[in-house]
Amino acid sequence: MAVGLTHFLVVGALLFCLGLYGVLTRRNAVAILMGIELMLNAANINLIAFNKYVAPAALDGQVFALVVITLAACEVGVGLALVITAYRNLETVYVDRIDVLKW
Amino acid sequence: MNWWVEIAKAFLAAVGMFTFLAIVAAMFGVLLERKVGGWIQSRLGPKHVGPQGVLQTLADTIKLLQKEHITPRAADVLVFNTAPLIVTTAGLMGWLVIPFGTLWGKVLVVRDLNIGILFFAAMASMTVIGILAGGWASNNKYSLLGALRSASQMISYELPLGIALVAVAMEAGTLSTVGIVRAQDGWMGSFIFRQFPAFVIFLVAATAEVNRIPFDLPEAESELVAGYHSEYTGMRFSLFMLGEYAEMFAMAAMITTLFLGGWKGPLLPPILWFFLKMYLVVFFMMWVRWTYPRFRLDQLLNLSWKILLPAGLIWILISGYRITF
Amino acid sequence: MGTLMAFIILSAVTLVPAVVVVTSKNIVRSALSLVPTFLGITGLYVLLRAEFVAGIQVLIYAGAITVLILFVIMLTEGGTGVRVRQVNEQVPVGALVSAVLATLLIWVFLRTPWPQGPGTLPEHTAGQIGVTFLSSMVLVFEVTSLVLLISLVGAIIIARRER
Repeated sequence: MAVGLTHFLVVGALLFCLGLYGVLTRRNAVAILMGIELMLNAANINLIAFNKYVAPAALDGQVFALVVITLAACEVGVGLALVITAYRNLETVYVDRIDVLKW
Repeated sequence: MNWWVEIAKAFLAAVGMFTFLAIVAAMFGVLLERKVGGWIQSRLGPKHVGPQGVLQTLADTIKLLQKEHITPRAADVLVFNTAPLIVTTAGLMGWLVIPFGTLWGKVLVVRDLNIGILFFAAMASMTVIGILAGGWASNNKYSLLGALRSASQMISYELPLGIALVAVAMEAGTLSTVGIVRAQDGWMGSFIFRQFPAFVIFLVAATAEVNRIPFDLPEAESELVAGYHSEYTGMRFSLFMLGEYAEMFAMAAMITTLFLGGWKGPLLPPILWFFLKMYLVVFFMMWVRWTYPRFRLDQLLNLSWKILLPAGLIWILISGYRITF
Repeated sequence: MGTLMAFIILSAVTLVPAVVVVTSKNIVRSALSLVPTFLGITGLYVLLRAEFVAGIQVLIYAGAITVLILFVIMLTEGGTGVRVRQVNEQVPVGALVSAVLATLLIWVFLRTPWPQGPGTLPEHTAGQIGVTFLSSMVLVFEVTSLVLLISLVGAIIIARRER
């Protein structure tokens, strides 16, 4: 049995759902960011798999995956800066404790 | 070809290559380090084991192999035991793309990847995970501090390293290490002449990336009692050291490949030229180590972010202009 | 056969640590489990003949993002302090939603007849990606660099200690 597009899509879907589970259930803000990273990676697997199997003539899928990686780096940078600021001011990184609107 | 034959071949090649490197880079490297250090500080260095002390590292290795593995009670055992392996593997993986020379018209390289230098940078960036894991798992404040210093240092110096690689890739028009060596023909064709600022940036960033003096803050013996590997004993400690030396030699080999024309040279056989140039760079790094004191953390980060990175970006602009027009 | 074997191994390397990432009680262990996940994904990229993206994946995700995450964990709770509950009360709901979504997605993927595109991937993708970025995708490229710059400045301003 040859490895086809569906194989990669299934792996991507499983990874995405694992990330979603992490985002939904974690209390720690950093762990939520990790879940988001898993979801972005799942999207990247799909982009590159579609690139290879559906539109191999152009490299648009890989280019988009690179853009996603760049934006993920931005997102992690800003997200972690927010976590550090929250920890500094509220002394917690648990998102259900960060419930003040101002301080 | 069966897939498991391929896997077995890859496995055997990796074991052979890594054994060779452990002997050439780590064992000989440590001996050289001590001899050069002795020479610079007007002492003799190791002298008792074997003729002129050449078997000293072998004796040390046997001693380290016999030592007990001590795992601190509060350590995270799984992470504690995995961390040295990560460092060693990452340090050795970079060698896969280094071309050692030519023999009977064939280039001696494990894999001539078409993303060669990108692969090398990626592997160099993996070391820091092992260091962070080891420092955290030891459950010791000095280890953790060393690991955190290491993380900030290595992340900061990866950027100038990558920028220097970009400049070289622009000049050569390829990411493959063999292609880069081929692009440097003739004596003046070596990229050290055409890409001198990139060479300086790469050399400084490489020294910082492998945590050597004057950038050895992660393990600063006098402040952090050896930093991230304080709690490691016996062979695990030496695995950290092996990884460090393998990466230092890999950086020297990469500088040889990128800037000094790789295996190229007159008269002598190519392999000899490659090792000659590589040991020249290694000697330079040792010379620096035994001459300069350690930087402060803020000086270290300023050097990366305020000097090397802007200089590298400007140099990319200049060399892009020169290559295009 | 070899490709299928490689695919199975790489999927396992991707998905098993991913489970640890989202379920481990120890936050540092779950951050460290991101590394094999990202490396497994890198392997899948190599299998899909996207070697340039694979290199960038190791460099950015495994080398930089994981380190940044570990760094922030150690600057905040550290994983060494008191043992606190890491999950909220949404565990059953979250598990249900994820499972249903996974089933739905896989069902859709298996039923859809995917079109097979013409042509083949170029031998070396790195140069082609560069050309694409600077010709048809130049706007995307510029906007991405702008976003990168803005988030760099933003992260510094947010994280800088005031007073």
